[in-house]
Amino acid sequence: MAAPVVTATAGTPRRAGAGRSGAVVRPYLYLAPATIVLVVVFGYPVLRLLVESVTVPGILGETGHGLDNFRSVIDDPILRRALLNNLRLFLAVPVMTVVAVLLATLLHERIAGWRFYQSIVFVPYVLAIPVVGIIFSYVLQRHGLLNQSLGALGLDPLVHDWLGSSQLAIWSVWVVIVWQQVGFGVVLFLARLSSLDPGLIEAAMVDRAGWWRRFRHVVLPHLAPIIEFFVTLSLINMLSWVFNYVYVMTGGGPARSTYVTELVIYQQAFRDGLPNLAAAVSVILLVLATVLLSAQSLVRRRIERMES
Amino acid sequence: MRRVVGQTARQLPLLVMAFVILVPLYFMVVNSLKTNDAFLDSSLGLPSRPSLRAYGDAASDRNLGQLFWNSVVIAVTSVAVTTGFGALAAFALAKMVFRGRELFFRLMLPLMVIPPIVLLVPQFKLMSSAGLVNHRASVIIIYIGLMLPFTIYLLRNFFVSFPDELLDAAALDGCSPMTSFLRVVLPISRPALITAVIVNFVFAWNELLIALVFLQSEGSRTLVVGLTVFRSRFSLDVPVLMAGLTIATVPVLLVYLFGQRYLVRGLLAGSVK
Repeated sequence: MAAPVVTATAGTPRRAGAGRSGAVVRPYLYLAPATIVLVVVFGYPVLRLLVESVTVPGILGETGHGLDNFRSVIDDPILRRALLNNLRLFLAVPVMTVVAVLLATLLHERIAGWRFYQSIVFVPYVLAIPVVGIIFSYVLQRHGLLNQSLGALGLDPLVHDWLGSSQLAIWSVWVVIVWQQVGFGVVLFLARLSSLDPGLIEAAMVDRAGWWRRFRHVVLPHLAPIIEFFVTLSLINMLSWVFNYVYVMTGGGPARSTYVTELVIYQQAFRDGLPNLAAAVSVILLVLATVLLSAQSLVRRRIERMES
Repeated sequence: MRRVVGQTARQLPLLVMAFVILVPLYFMVVNSLKTNDAFLDSSLGLPSRPSLRAYGDAASDRNLGQLFWNSVVIAVTSVAVTTGFGALAAFALAKMVFRGRELFFRLMLPLMVIPPIVLLVPQFKLMSSAGLVNHRASVIIIYIGLMLPFTIYLLRNFFVSFPDELLDAAALDGCSPMTSFLRVVLPISRPALITAVIVNFVFAWNELLIALVFLQSEGSRTLVVGLTVFRSRFSLDVPVLMAGLTIATVPVLLVYLFGQRYLVRGLLAGSVK
């Protein structure tokens, strides 16, 4: 159907279908199905969200506009506690990163049994969060597997009510998140390491560089861009994708000690019937996620400038 | 001697990792094979007489079949459509020249980090005015939207490295761009396509929040949402609950095991730019 491309010059970006009158429209036709869905799922809802967040319902049914919603949610102690919990979850990111880099490096060295280790490391990541949450509820409850094992080992002082104590519960959720998400980092880092030139490692070996020096001077610099990607992605996850863990494991309790920002939005919108307040908190969350993302691109630009 | 010590020091972290990953899974599977009395007796030991009773009870629960079917329809449809729409868009972004190309591609990253809960209220109003609440279509549409940015990003980065000479040769043979896309580009892009399918299937099968909000009628719920209900119903018969969890886990595990050899290659091509 299409006329063959006869004037293809090497080195220019390919114009698939160039030379045909429809060529100008074609790329847009290819993008159209995806664009329509993205507008329905993201575009319209984001605009609507912004309008809702500044809409203030009046007592007699008339509505006003302004920043009152933001004022009332910022004064809400529950939201502050929720944001603090998201910050606590941020602390999981350095832990996950270090563990994932270590495991990926060991696997990359083709250590005995690596095939087995490599196929199970990603398994937690593919499980449904409710499945993980329910299993861990039984492992961590007062008479659960963990406490039974600690008791059997004579470690009674370590026995705690892991999910029932308002001091400990958020940290128990923290551990479960690390358990599930560390494998994603391992696979990402492994993928990156597979493009590492084996000659570099061999050269370091010939120089009798020890494991640590090889790691520090060859492996780590090679991983740097992916570590940056993983850290950013994980921080954003801790801010905006932890609802499921909390909903299944603690429901926000005990004594509202495990609320996270998403749970505040969910309850305001679907339990308390306060969609405008929920919209205000949503805008705050959206701004925080944007700040994280722009911080990352700033860091990246600075690194690139230093390198060039 | 030093080598032996070094070997052990390296095995240790991986052994600990394997133990920590496998114990909770062992807990789920082993207790699904016990009677409730045997579970209460010891939650860690092997069953003295393994039985599939709990699976029978879980499967004969009036809802489980329906829940499973809903999950299959939602996951398969949304992943298939996402792969198709995503590959088309990614091909245009990688191999065609047009205005707005950079802008469109750059938008994918911010879309990936928008917290899904933020959009839930407006999406709910939109779906209810379209009469789609409690219909699987509502969840399918939203999943497609949420999965597209990652899919487009991954596939575009894979397609970019595709040699232009092959496309030229196809064009000289009289292939339309669509034909060379379907016959030349897609077959070679298997690792990236399979990676996208695995990651997306895992997401769609496991998703809780959106399914919870949009599918409130009993007949339309997904398996993962059903489990949270199942949990309170069977809190006194833990083996049945564990059997339910195992049933919900098998499909994603199979998809992962089938595609895992492509996963590292696909992620390598897609995320490392």
